[in-house]
Amino acid sequence: MNKEIIYTGENKFIDPVTGQEKEFTTLNLGPTHPATHGIFQNILKMDGEVVLDAEPTVGYIHRAFEKIAERRPFYQITVLTDRMNYCSSPINNMGWHMTVEKLLKAEIPKRAEYLRVIIMELSRISDHIICNTVIGVDTGAMTGFLYLFQWRELIYEIFEEICGARLTTNIGRIGGMERDFSEIAWKKIHKFMDEFPDKLREFEKLVTRNRIFMDRTIGCGGISGQNALAYGFTGPNLRAAGIDYDVRVMNPYSSYQDFDFKVPVGTNGDVYDRFMVRGQEMWESLSIIRQAIDKMPKGDFHADLPEFYLPPKEEVYNQMEALIYHFKIVMGENDVPVGEVYHAVEGGNGELGFYLISDGGRTPYRLHFRRPCFIYYQAYPEIIKGGMLSDAVLTMSSMNVIAGELDA
Amino acid sequence: MLTETDKYNVVQAPPGVEGSGFFATSLDKAVGLARKNSLWPLPFATSCCGIEFMATMASTYDLGRFGAERLSFSPRQADLLMVMGTIAKKMGPILRQVYEQMAEPKWVLSMGACASSGGIFDTYSVLQGIDRIIPVDVYIPGCPPRPEQVIDGILRIQDLVGKESLRRRNTPEYKALLAQYGIE
Amino acid sequence: MSNELLTYISEKLKAGIGNGLLKAEMAYDFPVFEIERDSIHLAIKLLKEDPDTDFHFLTTLCGLHYPDNKGKELGLMYQLHNLPKNHRIRLKTFFPVQDPTVPTITDLFPAANWMERQEYDFYGIKFQGHPNLKRILNMDEMNYFPMRKEFPLEDATRTDKDDTMFGR
Repeated sequence: MNKEIIYTGENKFIDPVTGQEKEFTTLNLGPTHPATHGIFQNILKMDGEVVLDAEPTVGYIHRAFEKIAERRPFYQITVLTDRMNYCSSPINNMGWHMTVEKLLKAEIPKRAEYLRVIIMELSRISDHIICNTVIGVDTGAMTGFLYLFQWRELIYEIFEEICGARLTTNIGRIGGMERDFSEIAWKKIHKFMDEFPDKLREFEKLVTRNRIFMDRTIGCGGISGQNALAYGFTGPNLRAAGIDYDVRVMNPYSSYQDFDFKVPVGTNGDVYDRFMVRGQEMWESLSIIRQAIDKMPKGDFHADLPEFYLPPKEEVYNQMEALIYHFKIVMGENDVPVGEVYHAVEGGNGELGFYLISDGGRTPYRLHFRRPCFIYYQAYPEIIKGGMLSDAVLTMSSMNVIAGELDA
Repeated sequence: MLTETDKYNVVQAPPGVEGSGFFATSLDKAVGLARKNSLWPLPFATSCCGIEFMATMASTYDLGRFGAERLSFSPRQADLLMVMGTIAKKMGPILRQVYEQMAEPKWVLSMGACASSGGIFDTYSVLQGIDRIIPVDVYIPGCPPRPEQVIDGILRIQDLVGKESLRRRNTPEYKALLAQYGIE
Repeated sequence: MSNELLTYISEKLKAGIGNGLLKAEMAYDFPVFEIERDSIHLAIKLLKEDPDTDFHFLTTLCGLHYPDNKGKELGLMYQLHNLPKNHRIRLKTFFPVQDPTVPTITDLFPAANWMERQEYDFYGIKFQGHPNLKRILNMDEMNYFPMRKEFPLEDATRTDKDDTMFGR
């Protein structure tokens, strides 16, 4: 079906199979269509049920992150990153903190890095739960969604215990964590680690070898590795197409080199492969968390960065120096080295990059986010061409396109 | 001892006159009761709040307990427009169109700081509160609000729905309100 | 490692585009090359197609604006990646704001399509040869390029902000 389709008139085209002139219908999918998770518009040209062409429109929640970032001190930008890929906000937070730490050339203690790894992997799980269960919903299996969301709530509870928020976490600080995990947080993590694997296994049993699910997803919305690279795919979607690129392995950050984990890859790059890669990644994340808990080093949970790391409240109330630092940090009056850095983390959807130019001022001079969704969503028309409309819906949910990240 | 009503937690009947084989109350109250416990929300989820709404709909919080589990994705059959998440200026006309497509009576719930006021996004591209283009009944603060808050917001909407007079939508005050927003 | 990459790529670029290479330096862990606008397309093409360098993955590209840098106000940053060798480089090019045109690289990387549209939307950089150069994130009716430094961030329609108490 990859032949070029010739359009002969306002709503006419030549059928590539029969060579006869046919009429096509224009279908407006979105921006408020229940099947488009988030708000995307696709103007589809349809020959019956078959998609001939699609023209996506994005930008319906463009919030000007990059412009805001030029007007906010460094620590206030964490709040913006929360709202980018809101399914896995902590990864974004950590990515931003590590970018600034790279600019400052700060040395982060091992314990802080391990704590970060635990949080990042938990949020990767929470991201993949959403994506995989929603693939289930779109193929008609609501059960998995309702079932796994109970354990997704446990992850939220862990975040809440660590930082006070469920979804938009603002977790951690430049220089480490704002506080060590509490006793209750550890208990909750252990509870999650004990209970979740069984439930995930049950969910997988329900779906992965289900004949209806397999028929529905195998061979649907596939993309070759070559094409995926050309379109700038990263993350699970690229790995499903058979290319084992993972930032955690390629450019290890936050002590990922200490952990032993596999990078799952698929072969066809279709919906089923994406589903399986995400599923497998959840298992790898669980294993990373377990290793991090076992190997958790003793020590400080934040770096010695008085210029950026808020001093403890008791000192602020009682000591002059701490108060001055507190004031300077909150007002954003600290000296920042001049320079430009790029730091990438493996976000829920792929390589989430931060390109930061600092001119030494209180705000970044320029901050560019490499948003994986934005880059790979442009391949969407290419992928769904020649498929059914229902496959197009499924493809979108399997790509895990997050509107907030896409439109920035 | 548990009575039948306690067990199933059904809604209490409004005050009225009861005798053998009949129950009389005002039409307003009966209709309000029916309406408020069978809301059909239209989730207009655009961003982060949508994910928290998913959590509200899912098993742990279960909005279905309040008679609002039937999501209506078609504006024509919805009573309650739940606006969740940032509404950019590009999205504004679409939101307004959806509101206009809804049949009376209709209510609007604005969830989260962005929908209510623009939130932290005081930028050139974001609409500074949906109440600039459509009237809003209940605002839920928070960024994003917790599921409990969403449930509370729905309960506040239910209060409004239950108490609303049947003639309200025909009054000149209501027409004037809509005219303020330029909605015919 | 990175310094070797810097010299290696510099030599490659010098051989390919001669004086088009203006500057080569390290910025933290990244080799950064400043290239003249006229040679940027050729440089990226060389780096992509040369089997030794093989930069076949476009990580990102973004616009830059330095209003005080006369004659070189606007710029573009490209970031290329060679996945098997894990080599990453950054290319930059600058041009005057009066003439913001740059050759497109959509013929080399299909991924550049939306990225270039985004930078057109933000900075008004016109990519010559781009198949569909129009605004992507903002409304089509918008008549300015919001990411340029001279334009304000805030929404102009807000009336509830009172500046008398807090000098903003």
